Amino acid sequence: MVSNLMKNSLRSGLAALAGALALAAALPAAASGGGGGFQQPANNDVSNVASLQRGARNFVNYCQGCHSAKYVRYNQLAKDLGMTEEQVIANLMFGAAKPTETMDIAMRPADGLRWFGIAPPDLSLMARSKGADYIFNFLRTFYLDPKRPAGVNNLTLPNTAMPHVLWELQGLRTAVFEEEEHDGIRRVVFRKFEEVAPGKLSPAEFDEFARDTVNFLDYIAEPMQLKRQSLGVLVIAFLLVFGIFAYLLKQEIWKDVK
Amino acid sequence: MSAARSGATGAVAGQGRMGRFVDWVDERFPLTAMIKEHATEYYAAKSFNVWYVFGVLALVVLILQFVTGIFLTMNYKPSAEDAFASVEYIMREVEWGWLIRYMHSTGASMFFVVVYLHMFRGLMYGSYKAPRELLWIVGMLIYLALMAEAFMGYLLPWGQMSYWGAQVIVSLFGAVPVVGDGLVEWIRGDYFISDITLNRFFALHVVAVPLALLLLVVVHILALHTTGSLNPDGIEIKEKKGPDGIPLDGVAFHPYHTSKDLVAIIVFAIVFAAVLFFAPEMGGYFLEHANFEPANLLKTPEHIAPVWYFTPFYAILRAVPSKGWGAFLMLAAIVFLFLLPWLDRCKVKSIRYRGWQFKVALAAFAASFVALGYLGLQPATPMVNQAARFFTIVYFAFFLLMPVYTSRERTKPVPERVVYHGHE
Repeated sequence: MVSNLMKNSLRSGLAALAGALALAAALPAAASGGGGGFQQPANNDVSNVASLQRGARNFVNYCQGCHSAKYVRYNQLAKDLGMTEEQVIANLMFGAAKPTETMDIAMRPADGLRWFGIAPPDLSLMARSKGADYIFNFLRTFYLDPKRPAGVNNLTLPNTAMPHVLWELQGLRTAVFEEEEHDGIRRVVFRKFEEVAPGKLSPAEFDEFARDTVNFLDYIAEPMQLKRQSLGVLVIAFLLVFGIFAYLLKQEIWKDVK
Repeated sequence: MSAARSGATGAVAGQGRMGRFVDWVDERFPLTAMIKEHATEYYAAKSFNVWYVFGVLALVVLILQFVTGIFLTMNYKPSAEDAFASVEYIMREVEWGWLIRYMHSTGASMFFVVVYLHMFRGLMYGSYKAPRELLWIVGMLIYLALMAEAFMGYLLPWGQMSYWGAQVIVSLFGAVPVVGDGLVEWIRGDYFISDITLNRFFALHVVAVPLALLLLVVVHILALHTTGSLNPDGIEIKEKKGPDGIPLDGVAFHPYHTSKDLVAIIVFAIVFAAVLFFAPEMGGYFLEHANFEPANLLKTPEHIAPVWYFTPFYAILRAVPSKGWGAFLMLAAIVFLFLLPWLDRCKVKSIRYRGWQFKVALAAFAASFVALGYLGLQPATPMVNQAARFFTIVYFAFFLLMPVYTSRERTKPVPERVVYHGHE
């Protein structure tokens, strides 16, 4: 009985290990090629200040109507994005009175809940909880779906409550799905988007728009990320030098130990 | 020879104004005597290898956690309403707050890294064997206290994983027969994880458990200095002393081991800094992604996994279909470690001179621990559970069969003196 259990467990344990390895090998392929291939890496660069400035502009114009970034202070933005406080007041502050305020919104969560079925979440940390790539793909994969209350659905977050805020820029698209059979399991797979109405931006321009916006979200999720890396280089350089002296001291003290 | 191996207290006591001050203190407090007993005249084997640095590193991390923890407490607010925001306040508004917070969060994971390596060293070289049973047991108590400390600390940021992780772990106490449900309620102080739970976890995390940890660490070091440190050959260096009463294979803790440890501390600090400054989330293992979302009582995360250092035990828990027995096995997985000194029947201490049985068993045990840790991080698919069952059996077989295979070992002769190739 026990030996049988052990044997079974041994067999399935080895099988699981082999399976895990195979899965690990297959994953990158699936992420890049399979399932319709709508997912793209954001490839944003938080050290690109111009991109962050554009992202900030996009954020206040298109996101901040409903989404707050309540941990982000306007004057901190000014400092990190290479702007004067006057520039921030003129270009980014529509709802707030003073640059010492945070990027809050006037919309009450209760209203959001009533209008959308869910209160639009604060975006201060969204790039840390979901990842920049996720948001990038979310912004790019809206498609028309008359079954949804807002008339659109999303490939990255199916049945999202969020309307396609960027439709004017991206245009309107439908998604083509096909049924597929894999190992006897039938499932619906995304094939491609079909344009219904063109947007103001070309697909490449729209991707840039989304990339800048995601870049800004990435930055506000951890505003000190560039500072921490440059400090890290100094700290490690110091430790390496200190380490050499400590090693020499140790060699000196130990030299007589036979 | 002995002059080369002993410490240098002479310089402290004696002449000069400083010397007179030390004399004054010594008449009232055993300062010089303590320095001698625990540093300059505490002799440990000269043949320590790299495995012997993790005890000191654990002490370094403990101090780091104390200091950074104190500074975090100055700005953290232990309430369900404010906790999450206060952590973000520390990260964004407090001068160097992000550095202190990352030191503390990286320190928590690194604490377990060094403690697991420290424990594995003990397993390899038989540090748990007579006369060091108490030393081992106190060490295990430190490990338990550390787990409690880490678990309660993880609730404090009040993120989604903080909340639901605590929910899962606290509910385990419900598996205790008869009083289970009442016990869970007593721990939480409420019918669910709430502001009340957060407040008491805060009290325990910043006052009670650190005090216990500190006390246990002192006892651990006192016990160590009573039995003496072992070495990679598993030889008692006290048994071979020179005419001056100093162990022939020993060197004074200070300045010999301290100078060596300083190098180790710097190497460790470089690794630590690499994580802290370039990957503080460590790919979601040190700081979980879902924890950047505030706790939401109405929304269970799709996949709840405890932080990596608990996942071996979490995998054992999930491997058993019944929650009660799963929790029992989880507990047993730790209790067996306490019993190690009595389960191991082999007279030889160090793996260097032990038979193949123990080497194979220890390798299988270490592999099962790592594998369980990996599996505990994965969503519980049937395949993952099957694999976890297999490795759970390996884990327990290491302990249950130990009295059998350790009494059949064909050991190699243990040398008289430690193996040491001197410095050039």
